[in-house]
Amino acid sequence: MLFAFLIATALGIAYLRHLFAVVMLAGMFSLLSALLLLSMDAADVAFTEAAVGAGIATILMLGAMALTERQEKPLKSSMLKRLPALAVAGSFGALLIYAMFDAPPFGDPFAPAQVHVAPYYIEQTAREIDVPNLVTAILASYRGFDTLGEVVVIFTAGIGVALLLGGFVFRERSK
Amino acid sequence: MNVTELVMGGDAALFMSGMNAHLLDFLASGYNYWMAVVLMMIGFYITLTRSNLVKKIIGLNLFQTAMFLLYISIGNVANGTVPILTDKPGALYSNPLPHVLILTAIVVGIATTALGLALAVRIHEAYGTIEEDEILDAEAGDS
Repeated sequence: MLFAFLIATALGIAYLRHLFAVVMLAGMFSLLSALLLLSMDAADVAFTEAAVGAGIATILMLGAMALTERQEKPLKSSMLKRLPALAVAGSFGALLIYAMFDAPPFGDPFAPAQVHVAPYYIEQTAREIDVPNLVTAILASYRGFDTLGEVVVIFTAGIGVALLLGGFVFRERSK
Repeated sequence: MNVTELVMGGDAALFMSGMNAHLLDFLASGYNYWMAVVLMMIGFYITLTRSNLVKKIIGLNLFQTAMFLLYISIGNVANGTVPILTDKPGALYSNPLPHVLILTAIVVGIATTALGLALAVRIHEAYGTIEEDEILDAEAGDS
């Protein structure tokens, strides 16, 4: 059911040309996907998606829209020229779905993804880390280096944005 | 006694309902994965065809979010609960590992989105447009 809403929203994003409406729909898409994530027991991910996807991303896009244009121009390429793109997306999707037939059924507790590392985390967290939230325990402790790498990525992106938008240059001029 | 039974008699109806149960099982076993793929492909199509750069970035975001849904679907355990330890003995938790990976991915995703939008803003400063074909025209005119 939620997937139907998500697909409707995605199609709306594809067909609307008014960028303000598109950005709002993108925020809605994030909120809907947060709901879906919550229904699949991923509370932490749902919080993050709602805050980052629906909040920060929407603000960033509104900012970018205010600095550029509000209206997307109608496509110049004819339907015929877009056909290859449709074919690529369609066949790629069909291939992925075909590959999914071999995936273990949804919710299978004995799927390979469920039986390798996760049981160790679930069993040992209480003894080794003593944080009730398993996601926090893994994120901050077992896989702390991953999180450090993530912080490096954000820092790099921050520097990139500052350099691109000329924040440093502006400050030097204003002295 | 339902309609199929009336029409086809007991055995055939039993067979049909068995078929239906199989079909439903089959659909339920992959529904999340397929829908995630469909969403992913809509995002991919937007990225490929739209010439507006902001719209392209939104398409990439759709692709990304669909990917998250796929990962969390893989980590879901039937009748499991949110992976926060409770005192209940024998509680079944969903796999926390995909959750961690996707948390990282969401944050990295917002970083790339911010960088992409900054590039779009910079391109708008330089060319006065964020439509890809108009930028290409301007480039051809320069050289």
